Amino acid sequence: MDIELRSISKRFGTVQANDSISLTVHSGRIIGVLGENGAGKSTLMKILAGYQPADSGDIVLDGKRAHYVTPQDAIAAGVGMLQQDPLDIAPFTVIENFIYGRPGGFFVGRRAAAKQLSELSRRFGFELEPEMPVASLTIGQRQQLEIVRLLALGVKTLILDEPTTGISAEQKHLLFEALRELAQHDKMSVLLVSHKLEDVIALCDEVIVLRAGKVVGAAQMPTTTDQLVGLMFGQVLTPHQRPPVAIGEAVAQMDQVTLRGRRVTVEHFSMRVQAGEVIGLAGLDGSGQELVLRACAGLVKPSRGSIHVGGKVMTGKSYREYLRAGVAFSAAGRLEEGLISGMTLTEHIALASTQGALIQWGAARDLTAAQISQYNVRGKPSDEIQQLSGGNQQRVLMALMPQKPLLMALEQPTRGLDVDSARWIWTQLLARRENGTAIIFTSPDLDELVAYSDRIFVAFAGQVREIQVTQAAHEHPDALIDRLGRAIGGDFGDAAIIAGEAR
Amino acid sequence: MKDHLGVRVGLTILPIVLSLAITAVIIVLVGADPIAVFNAVMQGAFRNTNSFSGVINFWMPLALCSMGLIVTFTAGLWNIGVEGQMAMGAIAASWAARTFVMPSEVLIPIEIVIAMLAGSAWALLVGILKTKLGVHEIFGGVALNSLANVYAIYLIAGPWQPPEGGSAQSTAPFPDYSLLPPVSTEFPFSLLMLVIVAVAILVVVLALRGTRWGLQLKATGKNARSALLLGVPTTQSAVTALMVCGALAGIAGAYRVLFTYESLRPFASGGIGFLGLLVVLLAANRALLVPLVGFAVAAVFTGSTRLRVALQLDTSLAGVLQGLLVLCVLLVNGLRTRLSENRPQAAPLAQPAAYETRTPTTTLDMLAAHARDDKADDSVTASTPESPKEGQA
Amino acid sequence: MNTELINVLNSIVANATPLVIAGIGETITERAGVVNLSLDGSLALCAMTGFVAALVTGSFIVGFLAAMIAGGLIALIIAVAGIELRQDQVAIGFVLTLLCADLAQFLGQDYTGQVAGSLPKVAIPLLRDIPAIGEIFFNHQVIVYFSYILIIAAWFWMFHTRPGLAHRAVGERPKAAFARGTNVNRMRYVYTIIGGALVGIAGAAYTLGVKPGWTNPPAMRGDGWIALAIVIFGGWHPFRVVLGAYLFAGLRALSSTIQRDPTINIPLVLLNGLPWLLMIGTLLLVSSGVIERLLLAMPRPIQRWMRNLLRSDPPAALGTRFEPD
Repeated sequence: MDIELRSISKRFGTVQANDSISLTVHSGRIIGVLGENGAGKSTLMKILAGYQPADSGDIVLDGKRAHYVTPQDAIAAGVGMLQQDPLDIAPFTVIENFIYGRPGGFFVGRRAAAKQLSELSRRFGFELEPEMPVASLTIGQRQQLEIVRLLALGVKTLILDEPTTGISAEQKHLLFEALRELAQHDKMSVLLVSHKLEDVIALCDEVIVLRAGKVVGAAQMPTTTDQLVGLMFGQVLTPHQRPPVAIGEAVAQMDQVTLRGRRVTVEHFSMRVQAGEVIGLAGLDGSGQELVLRACAGLVKPSRGSIHVGGKVMTGKSYREYLRAGVAFSAAGRLEEGLISGMTLTEHIALASTQGALIQWGAARDLTAAQISQYNVRGKPSDEIQQLSGGNQQRVLMALMPQKPLLMALEQPTRGLDVDSARWIWTQLLARRENGTAIIFTSPDLDELVAYSDRIFVAFAGQVREIQVTQAAHEHPDALIDRLGRAIGGDFGDAAIIAGEAR
Repeated sequence: MKDHLGVRVGLTILPIVLSLAITAVIIVLVGADPIAVFNAVMQGAFRNTNSFSGVINFWMPLALCSMGLIVTFTAGLWNIGVEGQMAMGAIAASWAARTFVMPSEVLIPIEIVIAMLAGSAWALLVGILKTKLGVHEIFGGVALNSLANVYAIYLIAGPWQPPEGGSAQSTAPFPDYSLLPPVSTEFPFSLLMLVIVAVAILVVVLALRGTRWGLQLKATGKNARSALLLGVPTTQSAVTALMVCGALAGIAGAYRVLFTYESLRPFASGGIGFLGLLVVLLAANRALLVPLVGFAVAAVFTGSTRLRVALQLDTSLAGVLQGLLVLCVLLVNGLRTRLSENRPQAAPLAQPAAYETRTPTTTLDMLAAHARDDKADDSVTASTPESPKEGQA
Repeated sequence: MNTELINVLNSIVANATPLVIAGIGETITERAGVVNLSLDGSLALCAMTGFVAALVTGSFIVGFLAAMIAGGLIALIIAVAGIELRQDQVAIGFVLTLLCADLAQFLGQDYTGQVAGSLPKVAIPLLRDIPAIGEIFFNHQVIVYFSYILIIAAWFWMFHTRPGLAHRAVGERPKAAFARGTNVNRMRYVYTIIGGALVGIAGAAYTLGVKPGWTNPPAMRGDGWIALAIVIFGGWHPFRVVLGAYLFAGLRALSSTIQRDPTINIPLVLLNGLPWLLMIGTLLLVSSGVIERLLLAMPRPIQRWMRNLLRSDPPAALGTRFEPD
């Protein structure tokens, strides 16, 4: 199927997720859609697959304008999407999931469906037992089921959103073979949204790159990883001046920990954080760096290995004990995890700062006013937190943190902030180092990582390795950024990489 | 913006008007006269000091339960178990009345304290079921309510039956020294209880507004996850909130058996626990409004006892009016939410609506999930594909 | 088997019937993702409505129809409030349960003690001749036979038809249902109303069937909460819900027999409290994951068969609201 997207635009609140994007895909081609977090890839694909309406622009399929309202309309028009977490129904069996959504009669029609299921599965080498409950399938198998289901519904275009996260190498191989066959033999168009450069290079005929809602580049395969990385990660800002700070004793330590997350497991990881250090954790979603960060705060408990904070054994202890031990944590989802909608700024400050049983509201209001001016928050003590803009919320979050923690574990500290706010936050953070505070943070922004970190770790599919950052790198960041970009895409290379062993 | 205020006032009055109108229709349906009913109820509540005292007697336990429920609602919990907590308070007070032979001045405080402990313990059970065992507090509450009632009925028909044989309607009357004394024959209500209620109202309001505990409850109720991350001991907050409500409900139950009935009867609570939930819904969780709304409700319920005598009408009319009122409030509130959704330029946060009911369901589940706190956390919160709200696409 | 025992079992089946009907109605509603907490009050109100309608018109059919409509209307309020008006299903359900109970008592006050008759017993030929079982199951009022058909129909619908798949999907993962073209909210309306209509029929099954007449306070007070508990105990599966209903009615019969027999000494409180303890026990089992592990330990073919029957966690989207992106 030939697909043409004409000037698709979509805005969410103040964010322009897709800015007049135009794109053409021909039958039988496999297109890779690249871009960092927030670039607009998912939104664009959701629009193409009928999950969201575009604000403006047209979708043209095989020369005809398409009008959809729901994903089912899109499927009827021939476009099907495999979501990162496939939209199947866990308690149903494979065959029930396969059948649900097909046009057909009142009765389930198991036999006919089972036949079609097994034909399609055999064609691609998938093994799907009809009576298995979907809840006990692996992600890879659930994907296979969804693909087979969409094919049975007659789609001529397949969109896959991050399909290779969390599946085995064997399953990936099967998937890629299937996609190639569908493109070459059935002349289907395939769009693959992915962060993983190696996959894109292995599979795709063409690549387009999105950044900040716009298409910033396109390339035919074969192309080099460097070119792709360059297109994805953009220009480098002038590096921030970092006053040198003495690195002190170990503040936190992880020894051979195993951390299990929903999609990925980090194993045999060790790391030592020293006072005054800034450690950056890089990696794309679901690669494992979030697990490491949250383990530092006691939110993820290691199934093996040990964690020490401030010299004390903290393995398996609760979040509140970590808090008491001097670890300050802030989550990426400000309003979901950290701020309380419906409560005022004063209430937040009172909550975080009151030690005794009674609250002195007068003192709390004064303290809040003081924090507001210190952190340059645009808001009044009596404002409710959700009335503030994202940047100001982040400032409040900072104000709520303990003054002199041993370790600050920050998830995407500058998420959603403009450049100035981000710089300001970093000034505050760096200033804390003078008291011996160590900082560990995650960020999708390579510039930020390079500009502020003393050490950088990169996570990919559960492997977390340190990338050597020499002094020279700070003055000429380009090479470092290239190396980081590639590592993030899975290519750790072999030169100048130090495995994350204790130093 | 002028009509905005008008609209707001209108929408606040609408449920009252609606429910009164529907009630009037229902009265006509059974062949009675709404005006006569209104008069009868007013008479029943206010015609003399005796009936007025009846209103007070109903209001006091209602106020106690309602204040307790404000505490649990603040923590984001639906404490349907309040009926059972009252029942256990009643049973405990009855036990104390039957067991101890002491002068009133000593016995009465003991009875009240024991009732508080019993109610509190029963509520603690709900809390444990919820936080440690993952049983939703509504079902835990309903089950424990039934168990408490079963236990009361067993005691009344069995070990505590009157010596002349039981009809399972009541235990033998409690000895005089165990009962709360009325102020006088013209004013048959207990002054001591009035003082206790006043103190309770004050304590709850002050605790919710001025203590760290109160603020922690509020945080837990609005966003248990964030509260946890800010260092609030959320499970502890939830459980203590329940225990406080249980204690207040226990006192309410004690009053019913030590004054109103002077014995233990089945369903001694008189449905006051559930009524308390309605009062709080009506008062939109505003602690200071609760005693007032409670008073109006108590007046209607007490007044309605006259319906049977004067007009041969069943007293359940009071419950009908009450239920209709809350229903209309919820529906009108919903209309308001729906209408404001349709306006495209809706500001990030409008003024809280006058009858905005905070019935938090998501936080309930968050709380239960964090009881089993040791599960590995879901790492992928940063940019889930399904939440474009923060600008991530 | 002696005649007395058979009679007792027969009456257990009869007495359990309203619980069965209400339980299956609520299962249908909850499988679609909606909680109808008004069960206790609405059973009473529908019972009264059915009773009065039959009394006035002299027709049982009119009575049951009226009860059905009443139940459907109450459920409609919950559906509208929950779906359109964005209110909390628990709050609305709770208010309605109190309101409907009081309405039933108030509107029904003139009708207490009156006689509207009760459905005649019809023995099914052939089947009733089976020794013991025939008498226990096939010599009843028509409403009991209706409950049998309902059980089978509900099971078949949910697990063996295509629209049944959509029904369950709407309660488990509405986003997935939406992606497959199901109109989630419309389905929720439909199933909530159907469930409510069944609750209505259950109400009339008391006053026109197994416990004829209208009393003040109503005879079925408290049964609505029990029905809600039975749905949970029954794991949202029609067969287990039925089992729970019969078990409960059995316990009730047992406790009243024991009450009359002075030689047996089991404390009454234990018997009356047992269903509630059972319910808590089930909820505990559910949250502890024991059943899952039990299931996984079984051999494969049995697993597949038993999976639906043994499963104990609620429909994943129960009580939530669905808004398409």
